[in-house]
Amino acid sequence: MGVKKTDIVLLDENGIRCDGRKINEPRRIMIKAGVLKNANGSAYIEFGENKILAGVFGPRDVHPKHLANTDRGILRCRYHMQPFSVGERKNPAPSRREIEISKVIKEALEPALMLENFPRTVVDVFIEILQADGGSRCAALDAAAVALADAGIPMRDMVSACAAGKVADTIVLDINNEEDQEGQADMPVAYMPNLGKVTLIQLDGVLTPQEYEKCVNTALEGCKLVYEVQKKALQEKFFGDDAK
Amino acid sequence: MTSSTIIDDLKKKKILALLKEGQRIDGRALDEPRQLTIDTGVIPKAEGSARVRLGDTEVVCGVKVQPDKPFPDLGDRGIFICTAEILPLADPSAEPGPPGEEVIELARVVDRGIRESGMVDLKQLVLEKDKSVVGIFIDNSVTDYDGNLFDACSYASVASVLSCKLPKFKYDSSNGSVSKVEGEFSAPPITTIPVSVTMGKIGDTIIVDPNADEWSCMDGRITITTNAAGNICAVQKGGHDGFTPEQLVQCSKISIATGAKIRDILKQAGGS
Repeated sequence: MGVKKTDIVLLDENGIRCDGRKINEPRRIMIKAGVLKNANGSAYIEFGENKILAGVFGPRDVHPKHLANTDRGILRCRYHMQPFSVGERKNPAPSRREIEISKVIKEALEPALMLENFPRTVVDVFIEILQADGGSRCAALDAAAVALADAGIPMRDMVSACAAGKVADTIVLDINNEEDQEGQADMPVAYMPNLGKVTLIQLDGVLTPQEYEKCVNTALEGCKLVYEVQKKALQEKFFGDDAK
Repeated sequence: MTSSTIIDDLKKKKILALLKEGQRIDGRALDEPRQLTIDTGVIPKAEGSARVRLGDTEVVCGVKVQPDKPFPDLGDRGIFICTAEILPLADPSAEPGPPGEEVIELARVVDRGIRESGMVDLKQLVLEKDKSVVGIFIDNSVTDYDGNLFDACSYASVASVLSCKLPKFKYDSSNGSVSKVEGEFSAPPITTIPVSVTMGKIGDTIIVDPNADEWSCMDGRITITTNAAGNICAVQKGGHDGFTPEQLVQCSKISIATGAKIRDILKQAGGS
């Protein structure tokens, strides 16, 4: 917000982006599983400048009771930004944007969870954005998926998310805040890497059909990179140094 | 809209059995949208309006145009806001009160498709940079529910904007006041006509424009908005199942092809 268009070069003549990355290079990703004592499962992620905490409770009794489903467990998800997570203080009440993101994150995680094993229960996923950068919904999803696995909830697959976008007429991986504000398109994607299914895709910005296909494939490559980091985080939690 | 019931489970079995033979419960082809009828100018007090029927889904949409202060970081652009609401008379499960997550998603997806296409050139709606701009407010009300509100609301919004008459406003720099010039109107600055196409996934079959029966039992859905040049400007996936990368490409092709036909209907309805 407030950055003038002329102030930054999004992509220089050597194919280097405004934060020094190459076209297909993601930001630094660090995930730690099992960071909270009380939650059944938890994870902390740093994805570029994003700092996000995810906690999972359940499967547990549903309150209010009428929400319970007799056939399968339900999943609830809350994506919430701290007032201090962005440049100008954000009102702590959930915005329409946060409600929509909570919904798409829930629907991105649902296909991976074997909730049919837990009728009449709920799994609650709470995501707190401590510091936001571009691509916070993908980073939030990555942490939430690790937290679900950490909680020992049976899963068909991991869910790994990463965005791609169009910046200075070029398709690039993992766009940051400046690229999101000034770029031409943003496409967050979540993927189940072993089942080969996309569980979240959104796009804003104009792409030709060829660019669309390339953007999807670029994002999927990013998801696969994230998957490796997620696996490593879980191995370190459960096997410690033996993981290496 | 309603959560899964025994009737839905039985219907789903029937729908699935038919889909195996390439048939749909209402006899349509898999890639065939329902009949779309659009009447514009139905609310004369609104600057633009439309009543849209997509099958038995019905939406009334009105556009109000009024001067406003620009957003602080977008002083060189007019304001464009698109909302959607499901009226309590539209469906037994709809209730008055603050919008739930589904209605919020609906409004945001409809808004995003039109906004990202750049349909209205907002730079032409500035009265005085950083001080005063023209705001275009588009409000959709669903009056009857039969599935696929995303497309119905999007078509209603686009048709309303196309048929809209922009009043002329004058900015007085001495005191910062804005006045309407009576009797002077112009067409809004339209650059393209966006078309939203929503597809449902039941099992592994993709169907265009799901009706309420199909909507209540589908596994996943995707809304893809395209512009007049055949480019993709917005995507939103929903539902509790995923799409393969191949299906995502297939859906984009369906959206471009179906969108081109619907764009002609929108053009005609908008009188351009």
